[in-house]
Amino acid sequence: MKRILRFYIEGFRSMTVGRKLWAIIIIKLVFIFLIMKLFFFPDILSRDYDTDEERADAVRETLINRSIAPSP
Amino acid sequence: MHDLMTVVDWSRGLFALTAMYHWLFVPLTLGLGVIVGIMETIYYRTRSEKWLATTKFWMTLFGINFAMGVATGIILEFEFGTNWSNYSWFVGDIFGAPLAIEGLLAFFMEATFIAIMFFGWKKVSAGFHLASTWLTTLGATISALWILVANAWMQYPVGMEFDPAQMRNVMDDFWAVAFSPVAVHKFFHAVFDGWVLASVFVMGVSAYLLMRGRRREMAMESVKVSGWVGLIGMILTLWTGDGSAVDVARVQPMKLAAMEGLYDGGKGAELVGVGILNPSKEVGNDEDPFLFKIGIPKGLSFLANHDFDSFVPGINDLINGVSINEAGDTVSTVSYADRIVMGKKAHEALRRFDTALTSGDTAGMESARAEIKENYRFFGYGYLDSPSEAVPPVGLTFYAFHIMVLAGGYLTLFIIVALWSAYKKTPLWGKRWWQWLAMLSVAIVWICSEAGWVTAEVGRQPWIIQDLMPARAAISAIPAGSVILTFCLFAAVFTALLAAEAVIMVKQINKEEE
Repeated sequence: MKRILRFYIEGFRSMTVGRKLWAIIIIKLVFIFLIMKLFFFPDILSRDYDTDEERADAVRETLINRSIAPSP
Repeated sequence: MHDLMTVVDWSRGLFALTAMYHWLFVPLTLGLGVIVGIMETIYYRTRSEKWLATTKFWMTLFGINFAMGVATGIILEFEFGTNWSNYSWFVGDIFGAPLAIEGLLAFFMEATFIAIMFFGWKKVSAGFHLASTWLTTLGATISALWILVANAWMQYPVGMEFDPAQMRNVMDDFWAVAFSPVAVHKFFHAVFDGWVLASVFVMGVSAYLLMRGRRREMAMESVKVSGWVGLIGMILTLWTGDGSAVDVARVQPMKLAAMEGLYDGGKGAELVGVGILNPSKEVGNDEDPFLFKIGIPKGLSFLANHDFDSFVPGINDLINGVSINEAGDTVSTVSYADRIVMGKKAHEALRRFDTALTSGDTAGMESARAEIKENYRFFGYGYLDSPSEAVPPVGLTFYAFHIMVLAGGYLTLFIIVALWSAYKKTPLWGKRWWQWLAMLSVAIVWICSEAGWVTAEVGRQPWIIQDLMPARAAISAIPAGSVILTFCLFAAVFTALLAAEAVIMVKQINKEEE
């Protein structure tokens, strides 16, 4: 485990291209997971319902309500 | 309804933007991995310092591209949960399985071996390092497989049964999902497209180096390796593209009709080589579909059925219930008007199922379930007002398809000449106009690749799942404003990141030889 950790640490240290690239990667990951996911991309069904049964009921109700009523 | 359609349109736009951004990096990773693998294999066999330097140069660009693309695909999964929550629930089991496998493989295989690939020089044996390079490429390719299996299922839903109690399609045949012909052709077509894209990228960068008078020997050797990869990739892309065309003709004939702007089909149908669509043409009017076109006689019949005289249905034929079956024979099928009726019957049965479920009426549930099953294959049509709503945007589909085909034709010629010239005593590669052409081709190959996806995804509209769920049913009830804000934010931030990353890539290419 120690050897694996050292392998990664030394690898990162010896990178020649890395600094700016890593900065961009970190900015990107922070933006994706801490900003976009938390504030812009909630999982609607998980957020609004507690059980799978409730989620199934909600989707069924939505899909029924969005159906266009048969013509007379 | 108006607000709902605004959410649908912006969510489509957001998904398209995210997917197209992600697809800037994926094919280059898939193809450059192969090219770097071949270069390192040559180094492993020859132990030549020249090949070691060549491998490291392209491997660094591979690494930059990999880092640029990392995690961009996960935003698509976020969008399923937020923008397309009904869809996400409706297909949970089927879509979830391939994506879970992809997540595991992508994380463990790629993350493990890419570290050895970049940090392992002089720390592991040359053979183990070479194996890591190939395994990284294999990992990336396998993870692409599962994404494309999931996408293929949306185009050709098989191997499942709908359960109205769970409101989900439950997978009952994993292998039918994983090895449907659409999935197989789509996977190989996308992977070999990646080989072509990376090949042209390497040739374009090599042309730039030659123009700047840098790393001349490395550039010419790189052109030879990438030229062969590109040539093999192009042959296989054409072959799998042919398979995909036959698939589309069988399982998504409306998409094929839109790709060709074909309203009235027939036997011995021509393939449009170049054309300008008539913007006044709509389903149901008598306008000519084209203002101008040059066609290849009987080409479309051959493309669709491998038979010059076969029947290819047009948009009007399909709406009226004339199509071809899986053997390529002309058949009378269910008209779109009848499909709408069947879809509405399924919805009505679902409504009865819901009532029976609430009141605990088991017999009522079973009766409703049977009626849903009977009409389920056209479940999505119940959401349409008229048959013409099942027609995709013909203009965008037609032009995207033809841009892909014309660019593909040009690239085939370019790769053949580029490879042939690389072995000449006085190659074209020394001429400035050719170097410019090679660099311009890098832009063309990306346009070609993205146009392929536009064809595939726009051509299947309005369906998010073919025949079962249109986008308007799949969309979440979220405010349009929040989707517009997300779209603008994503576009601004990721354009800035792309520019920053491109600068790093160019700096690395310009770096002096050590």
